[in-house]
Amino acid sequence: MQKNYHIAVAFSKAEPMKKSNRFRRNIPLVFFTFFITLSVALQVFASNPDKQPAEDKEVQAVEGHEVSAGSEKFEPGTFIMHHIGDAHEWHILSSGNFHLSVPLPVILLTENDGLISFCSSNFVGHGHGPKEYRGYILTENNHIIAADGSQVLDFSITKNVLAIFISMVFLCLIFLSVARAYTRRKDQAPRGLQNLMEVLILFIRDEVIRPAIGEKKYMKYLPFLMTVFFFIFLNNLLGLIPIIPGGANVTGNISVTLVLALFTFVITSFSGNRSYWQHIVNAPGVPWWLKIPIPLMPIIEILGMFTKPFVLMVRLFANISAGHIIALGFFSLIFIFGEMAAGIGFAVSPASIVFTVFMALLELLVAFIQAYVFTLLSAMYFGMAIEEHHKEAHTHEIEHH
Amino acid sequence: MELVTPSIGLIFWMTLSFLILLFILGKFAWKPIMKSLKDREETIAQALNLAEEARAEIGDLKAENERLAKDAKDERDKLLREARDVRDRIIDAARLEAKQEGARLMEITRTDIRNEILAARTDLKNEIAALSVMIAEKLVKDELQDKKKSEALVNKLLDEVKWN
Repeated sequence: MQKNYHIAVAFSKAEPMKKSNRFRRNIPLVFFTFFITLSVALQVFASNPDKQPAEDKEVQAVEGHEVSAGSEKFEPGTFIMHHIGDAHEWHILSSGNFHLSVPLPVILLTENDGLISFCSSNFVGHGHGPKEYRGYILTENNHIIAADGSQVLDFSITKNVLAIFISMVFLCLIFLSVARAYTRRKDQAPRGLQNLMEVLILFIRDEVIRPAIGEKKYMKYLPFLMTVFFFIFLNNLLGLIPIIPGGANVTGNISVTLVLALFTFVITSFSGNRSYWQHIVNAPGVPWWLKIPIPLMPIIEILGMFTKPFVLMVRLFANISAGHIIALGFFSLIFIFGEMAAGIGFAVSPASIVFTVFMALLELLVAFIQAYVFTLLSAMYFGMAIEEHHKEAHTHEIEHH
Repeated sequence: MELVTPSIGLIFWMTLSFLILLFILGKFAWKPIMKSLKDREETIAQALNLAEEARAEIGDLKAENERLAKDAKDERDKLLREARDVRDRIIDAARLEAKQEGARLMEITRTDIRNEILAARTDLKNEIAALSVMIAEKLVKDELQDKKKSEALVNKLLDEVKWN
């Protein structure tokens, strides 16, 4: 009966052995399968030790650099951008010329070859320079372009896409299990994972969605808002975990936040009632000279329609990216000082770590707050779109102002 | 700039994934969860209402019991009072009757005594009369033997009668 409290069981020591059996059987299995798949897909990019220095020298000779072989200058900007950006492979670790990363499928819609797909490990090249395969070049900025300049649309399963898939799987596992717990243990006190989630679910429902939208229609918007909240929250948290399956900067990616904000925008626009549109086109209670001859108010209101989701997009993206940038900045300090002298690098490292831990704790808070804010604002926009305005209310408002 | 440039692939996959996620969670997670939460809230509210009702009922019951006890006590008091009244009334009546009976008996007795006295008096009168007649007879007999004496006596008796 109590089969579905996988994670929760780990928290309660008093739980009898029998109940935790399935947890012990299942979770390691899930992770085991996951890592087996990973390791099968995993390829170790160890450059040929004989060849590499020679090539480096060649490159240096061509470029005329004075840098000695093997010691690339540390650039914090590139380092940070690389970590918070998207990638066509999931980098795990590098040591010298040893690179460990999970290659990911590249899917391209091309002008010349139509829809093509291959593994990202096929891109050959070295260092941070551009890599090439079958006439397609993976640039330093992680763009794929055609060597002949023809149009290429990149639909690859990138690091962020995979991270989205992983978080989807997590969300489904968690909430389907919670839903099962609700239906199986009907009218009983929640426990375990269900209990943990109920706190959040009730908080979002009773403190965010209901007050913002109103009793009558909140159930219509609840699935979207719940999903958005938990999607953002989980991805924020996963982003704080440095190693796979975390580490991808999903909610700090402008494309992801764009899609989320677009959902809010579309839902708001489609649920807007007559008075919502009237307020945009011809706001009541506003002096006529603000509308005619120059439709100043309508322009502002229409701009407002777009700035609201735009702000949602930027806020989430900027907050999460900023947190990552700061944490990575503290780490970069170690290497910046380490380049001056190894000793200084070591000396700086404790401070860096302390600051990073502090940032991580702050980011835990931010992870929740940003998910909450996104959900709250979306709910408020929906609430505004369906709000019933009455004439009396308006004259009343104006009297007050 | 790279950071703030959306990429078509990610947008596509994100939209697709999010729609699927929305569908799955909406249908299989939020719907049953929200239903269960609502059901549970209603159950709890109902249970609380029932408890409140039961408490009120108990209160009513208590009041009712008190009322019944009071009624019973009143009833008992009333009955006792009535019984006492009845007793007093019976005693009074009995007393009165006894008195009347006594008086009646006394009256009868008195009448009897009067009658007896009257009868006795009559008897005595008759006796005395008879005796007197007898004495008179004897005297007369004696007197009549002596003529003179008899006449004197008759005269004397006649005189005496005049006196009476």
